[in-house]
Amino acid sequence: MLMPIPDAAVISRRAEIAAALRGRLPCGTVIDRAAGLSAFESDGLTAYRQQPLIAVLPADRDEVSAVLAYCAAEGIKIVPRGAGTSLSGGALPLADGITLGLSRLNRILDIDLANRTVTVEPGVTNLAISAAVREHGFYYAPDPSSQIACTIGGNVAENAGGVHCLKYGLTTNNILGLEVALLGGERIRLGGKALDAPGLDLMGVIAGSEGLLGVVTEVTVRILRTPETARALLAGFARVEDAARCVADVIAAGIIPAGMEMMDRPAIHAAEAYVGAGYPLDAEALLIIEVDGPAAEVAAAALRIEDVARTCGATSLRTSRNEAERLAFWAGRKAAFPAVGRITPDYYCMDGTIPRGRLPEVLAGIRELSERFGLGVANVFHAGDGNLHPLILYDANAPGELERAEEFGSEILRLCVRVGGVLTGEHGVGVEKRDLMDEVFGPDDLAHQQRLKCAFDAGGLLNPGKVFPTLHRCAELGRLHVHAGKLPHPDIERF
Amino acid sequence: MALPRFAPDTLDGLRDAVAGALADGTRLAVEGRGSKRGLGRPVVADAVLDLSALSGITYYEPGELVMEAMAGTPLAEIEAELAAKNQHLAFEPGEVGHLWGAGGGSIGGVFACNLSGPRRPFAGAARDHLLGVAAVSGRGEAFSAGGRVVKNVTGYDMGKLLAGSFGTLSVMGRVTFKVLPRAESERTILLFGLEPGGAIAALAKAGFGPWDISGAAWLPADAAARSAVGYVAGAGASVAAIRLEGARGAVAERCAALRGALSIAPTEELHTHNSRKLWAEMRDGRLIAPGQGPLSSLWRLTLPSADAASVLSTIAERTGGEFSSDWQGGLAWLAIGGDGMDVAEAAAVLRAEAAIAGGHAVLWRATDDARSAISVFGDQGDAISALVRRIKSNFDPAGILNPGRMAPAADSAS
Repeated sequence: MLMPIPDAAVISRRAEIAAALRGRLPCGTVIDRAAGLSAFESDGLTAYRQQPLIAVLPADRDEVSAVLAYCAAEGIKIVPRGAGTSLSGGALPLADGITLGLSRLNRILDIDLANRTVTVEPGVTNLAISAAVREHGFYYAPDPSSQIACTIGGNVAENAGGVHCLKYGLTTNNILGLEVALLGGERIRLGGKALDAPGLDLMGVIAGSEGLLGVVTEVTVRILRTPETARALLAGFARVEDAARCVADVIAAGIIPAGMEMMDRPAIHAAEAYVGAGYPLDAEALLIIEVDGPAAEVAAAALRIEDVARTCGATSLRTSRNEAERLAFWAGRKAAFPAVGRITPDYYCMDGTIPRGRLPEVLAGIRELSERFGLGVANVFHAGDGNLHPLILYDANAPGELERAEEFGSEILRLCVRVGGVLTGEHGVGVEKRDLMDEVFGPDDLAHQQRLKCAFDAGGLLNPGKVFPTLHRCAELGRLHVHAGKLPHPDIERF
Repeated sequence: MALPRFAPDTLDGLRDAVAGALADGTRLAVEGRGSKRGLGRPVVADAVLDLSALSGITYYEPGELVMEAMAGTPLAEIEAELAAKNQHLAFEPGEVGHLWGAGGGSIGGVFACNLSGPRRPFAGAARDHLLGVAAVSGRGEAFSAGGRVVKNVTGYDMGKLLAGSFGTLSVMGRVTFKVLPRAESERTILLFGLEPGGAIAALAKAGFGPWDISGAAWLPADAAARSAVGYVAGAGASVAAIRLEGARGAVAERCAALRGALSIAPTEELHTHNSRKLWAEMRDGRLIAPGQGPLSSLWRLTLPSADAASVLSTIAERTGGEFSSDWQGGLAWLAIGGDGMDVAEAAAVLRAEAAIAGGHAVLWRATDDARSAISVFGDQGDAISALVRRIKSNFDPAGILNPGRMAPAADSAS
C-alpha cells in the first residue's frame, strides 16, 4: 500500500516539534521515544505498520485544540486515533505525522434519561455507554463486535455498525450532537438534544468521514429503552440458497428483525468446535434471527418467522425459550472470528455489502475465487442488510500468501460492486480499500467528495493517505471550467 | 413577470441545464413540484429549474427495502406504489404544500428539505433513509454518491450533505432511499383535556414504558376541532394522541395495557382507519391554525422533548400564538395570527426561549418581505457559517443554485 511520501523536512524537525508540543501540553502527554511509539504503529488492520513521528495523548478538549492549532500553523499532518480497532487502517500512522490519541478523553459528561441522551467524551468505549444506563433500563444500539474496546469517537469517524443495524441503524442514525475540533483548533457544536437542527447537516457529514474532516471532542447519543423481550431463532439449511430465500421472505412478511445473521459451513464448524453452541453440523448455512420489542409483538413475529423458515426448507429450527438459550444461540456467532482464528494462522476480514437478493450468486462466486486463489474462506455476516464478512484464511509466514489473500479480498469486493453492492458496509475505506474507490466512483464523484474535504482541510493535513486514491490539490479542484461565456457574478468572492 | 423555465427530463438534460446556466450567468430557482416554494428565504433567480419532468420510479425491490426514483416523482405516486406492497416511508413525510396554497410535493423536495413526520423520533428522519443520490452541482458536473444497499460507508455520506440543503449545493436528479414494511394494524389512544405540561408528561411516560409507541402528539382544543376524525373533533377539549403499530392481536393487547397505565384522563381509542386518518392530518400540517395575512407567521420549533413544556408555555404566553406539539414534545408548531406579535419580535422571543433549552425555531410561513428581513433558519455562529460558505463555494462557486434560499445571497452563502 503506497502512502504519501513522507516529508523529510518535517521528520528532521522531530525533536523541535516534540519540544514545541511539550511547551503547549502538560507533562506526559507527548510521546517521542521509539519504545512508547511502537504501541501506536498499527490498528486492527495489522498487516500495515508504521511508527508515527510523535504521538500525543491529550486529556481534554482544549489540549486537542492546542495540538490542532500548532499542527495547522506548522503544516504538520495529524492522524486521529481512538482505541485503534479500525479494520481498514483508518488509524495507520504516518512517518511524518502526529498520531493524536483521544483515549484519555474518557469521561461520561451527562446522562439525561428524560431526554434519552448520554453525552460523552470521544474516548469513552461503546460498551461503557450502555453500561452506564443499563440499570435504568436503557442501552446504546450500535454494537460493533469490538464494542468492549472501540471508542465512540472512532465509531463516529467510521460510522460503525454491528449486528443490530438492520432495525436500529448505524452510528450516524444514533447520534444527536457532536462537538468537533476543526483544523486550527476552533471547535464547533453540531446538533444537540433537539432533533433536526436547521442548516446543513454537518453532523451527518462528519459521521463516517474517517478522521479527514475534524476531530470529534464530544458526542451526544440517543439511548433506547431495553426491549421488553428478545427471542432468537436458529435455523439450519441444506443449501445456502434456501437460507438466502428465508432472509428475503422474512422481510417480505413485513418483519424487520433486530438482527439476521448467517454463517456458512466452515464458520459453523469452527464456531461449534470452539464454543459448543449446539449448531447443526450438517447444515450448509445457519441463520440466527432475533426479534425484540413488546412481548406480544415478539411472540407473533417468532411464529411467523418459524413458518417462513419451514417453508424455505429449514432442516433444523429452534426458537429460544429463555434468555440463557438466546445467549447460547449467539455465543457461536459472537465467537466466530476467534473461532476461525483457531483453524488458520491468519485471517483477513472483508466487509462488502450487496443487495440481499444476490446472496447465493455472490457466495458461489466467493467459493470459486477461493479455489482459484487456493485459500480457504469462512463466511460470517449480517445477512439482513446484505453486509458480508468473508474471512480469508492464510498464513502470513508463507511467502506470498498475504499478497494472495489481499488480491482475493479485492476480487471479492469487485464482485460485490458488480452485483450492485459497495466496498464497505461498516469497516470504512481507510487505506485498505482506498485504491478500489475507482471501482465504485467516477472522477467527478470523487472530486465532489474531495471538495467537501477541501472546505474543512484545504491543506490536506488531516489523515492524508486514507479514503481517496489520489488527493487532488484543492486549488485545482476549485477551478471552474466554463467553456462558453464568462463566469457569472464576477463580484462574488470565491474560495 | 413569469421567469423562463428549464424542465429537463433526463439526468443528462439536468446537467446540461445547470452547465448552461453557469455559462450564461443565469441564477436558478430549483423546484421539484413547487409545493414548498414558500419555505426558506425568497430565492433571487433569473429562471426556474423545474424538475417535474424528471419523474418516475426507476427501481423498486420490496425485498431489498430499497426504492429509487427521479427527483420530480410525486410523493403521492411513491406512497401509492409502496402501499401496494405493504411498505411505506417510515419517516412519514407530509404533503405540506397547502400551507402556501400549493399542491402535492415531490420525493426530491422531501429530501432536499429533510422533512419528516410524526414517526421521526422513533424511525429516524428523511436524511436517515436517503441511501444514494445522482446530482448535479453548481459547477455543472454530474456526480453520484451512496448506493442501492442499506448499509454503506464507502466514501463520504454525500446524501447527508444534500438532505436539508434546500437545493443550494447541488440539484438532486435521482434519489435512492430505504423503505420499510408498514404495520398491518395500528391504534391510537386519545387522552382528553390535558394541559400541555400534563400531556407531554403523559406522552413521555408512554415512551418510557415497554409499549413501543410510534407517535405522540398533543393538540389544543381549537386544533382538535379542525380534525375530520369525529372522536377528535368532537372532544371539545385538548387531545393527546399516542400511536401503537404492529401485528393485529399484539397491538390490541399493548393498547389495553397502555390505556390502563395512563389512567390520568378520560381516554378513547382509534382503530386502524381513523388512526391513519388522524396521523395523516398531523403529518400534513392540516390541523395547524390557518392564520394568513401580512402580519401572521408560522413557526416550527424543535426542542429537547423533556424541556419542551415549559418553553412552549412561555412562548405561547408571550407571543399570543396557538401551538400544537408532536414528537413527545420535541416538535412544536406555533401559529401567530395577524393580531398577534409582529414577526421580527416573535423571532427574537422564540429563538431566545428555544436557545435556553438547546432548541431551534424555523420561520415556516410569512410574507416574502418578512422572510427576507428575518433569518428563516436562525443563526449558527461565525465558525459554522464560515464552513458552510466554503462548502457552498466549493459546490456552487458562481452562486447559481437557489441564491438566497438559506442565507442572503449577498454573502455568497447558501
